[in-house]
Amino acid sequence: MLTIQEIMETIKMVQEENLDIRTVTMGISLRDCSHPNSKTACTKIYDKITRLAENLVKTGEDIAREFGIPIVNKRISVTPISMVAESSRVSSYLPFAEAMDRAARNVGVNYIGGFSALVHKGFTNGDRVLIDSIAQALSSTETVCSSVNVATTKAGINMDAVYTMGKVIKETARLTEERDGLGCAKLVVFANVPEDNPFMAGAFHGVGEPECVINVGVSGPGVVKSAVERVKGAEFGILAETIKKTAFKVTRMGELVGRTAAERLGVPFGIVDLSLAPTPAVGDSVADILEAMGLERCGTHGTIAALALLNDAVKKGGAMASSYVGGLSGAFIPVSEDSGMIRAVVDGALTMDKLEAMTCVCSVGLDMIAVPGDTSAETIAAIIADEMAIGVINQKTTAVRIIPAPGKEVGDFVEYGGLLGRAPVMAVTPFPSDEFVKRGGRIPAPIHSLSN
Amino acid sequence: MSQLKENPKGNRIIVSIMGPDRVGIISGVTGVLSDNSINILDISQTTLQEFLVMVLVADMEKSKVDLATLKELLNAKAKVIGVRIDAQHEDVFNFMHRI
Repeated sequence: MLTIQEIMETIKMVQEENLDIRTVTMGISLRDCSHPNSKTACTKIYDKITRLAENLVKTGEDIAREFGIPIVNKRISVTPISMVAESSRVSSYLPFAEAMDRAARNVGVNYIGGFSALVHKGFTNGDRVLIDSIAQALSSTETVCSSVNVATTKAGINMDAVYTMGKVIKETARLTEERDGLGCAKLVVFANVPEDNPFMAGAFHGVGEPECVINVGVSGPGVVKSAVERVKGAEFGILAETIKKTAFKVTRMGELVGRTAAERLGVPFGIVDLSLAPTPAVGDSVADILEAMGLERCGTHGTIAALALLNDAVKKGGAMASSYVGGLSGAFIPVSEDSGMIRAVVDGALTMDKLEAMTCVCSVGLDMIAVPGDTSAETIAAIIADEMAIGVINQKTTAVRIIPAPGKEVGDFVEYGGLLGRAPVMAVTPFPSDEFVKRGGRIPAPIHSLSN
Repeated sequence: MSQLKENPKGNRIIVSIMGPDRVGIISGVTGVLSDNSINILDISQTTLQEFLVMVLVADMEKSKVDLATLKELLNAKAKVIGVRIDAQHEDVFNFMHRI
């Protein structure tokens, strides 16, 4: 029999500490939708997505109501479009993005991920067309998200792709100028991308995945923060243990929702991603957890140690709670989506350099960072290259989601509202890296890639 | 309740009531349940901080309404008696706290 304390603990987590299932993401393979005629291919894509995801939103809402756990987002990820569209001999994949967008709106999801390409070792013709289409696709659709993997520990860093992505990001910002470069918030550049990540904007349905699958992303920064506050002053062993136990409980919730959703939709259950994903809402911040550990402001000395402890404890707790853990599990540190991170930047405690260092121990990377609108494509490419190097050398996933906010300078804000929040424009170093990024070619894989 | 009934573990829900203590809370809540043929299996209550906290385990096997409707009825009752009432499927709690 459950005790009254256990029941109250669960209710408190949901009602006061913002525990939620952040996303239920249906992964759909589009490999059978290739066709030499792009119109036929797009029709097949639209039909398949709307058929498989028809009941996704309703099922999510039903489960949320019955279990009393909010499920914030219902989303879809698909096979990287560069692979699906490649058979169609067209010079732009914009129609494919439009087909995805129509399908996503039809079934009522807020984002669809997978306008993607994997180019860590080089480009196919389809990859090139896809990358050339990204800026237009993101500016002329609402729901489509794009990601490009430009590096892996096994292959090294495709610097041609890194430079190209610097230019694509600039172009995307230009095309969505009237909305503070919003398109860039839907575009991620990855190293060592996971193929089962349910979180946008980087979600896509990897080639090793089944026909259709349900992945779940759980989030509970508020719950972890409350737990950390309860052990104020305690030694690190106790702190880590407390976070672990909390992560366990949070993940169990994800496992239950994921399995229930998969069963009702008649598709296999994939993974629980046990990430702490913040939102701009007060009480839902990863930075607040770090500060609750005893840092005056996120970004000060000690931040990396605190984040490393947090990330590891979350993973350990989650690993016990679910046998199928995947995605980007750990702590996200987006700037615009986390009220504590925004405050840390505004107060001058958190700089770009420290953020880069933090990405060595967080689960993803430089996320939702606004930089001055006149930042060059070469400088953005150099920022990407640094981040990719961290991922490749440390055999971890890293990513860059950066917004060169048109017309904005350091001290200004970009405002997106909703889950994307608002970001203070951060300074980048004024010294160019042009000659470096323009070399082209591929940075070789590190020596430890030779393991097998 | 068609969806929850498919669950082999049963059809039990947990109703939690939280708020300042006063006369008529139990009768108000149990009235809603009995009106809809929902059998109460267990009641326990305690005072947490200054609040009365009551937890009720109930069986929805013969319920006249589904969980969503029941929650609406309980919410309406909660407004009348000035407390907060939640109803959730038992699995949520079992899954989180029991391995």
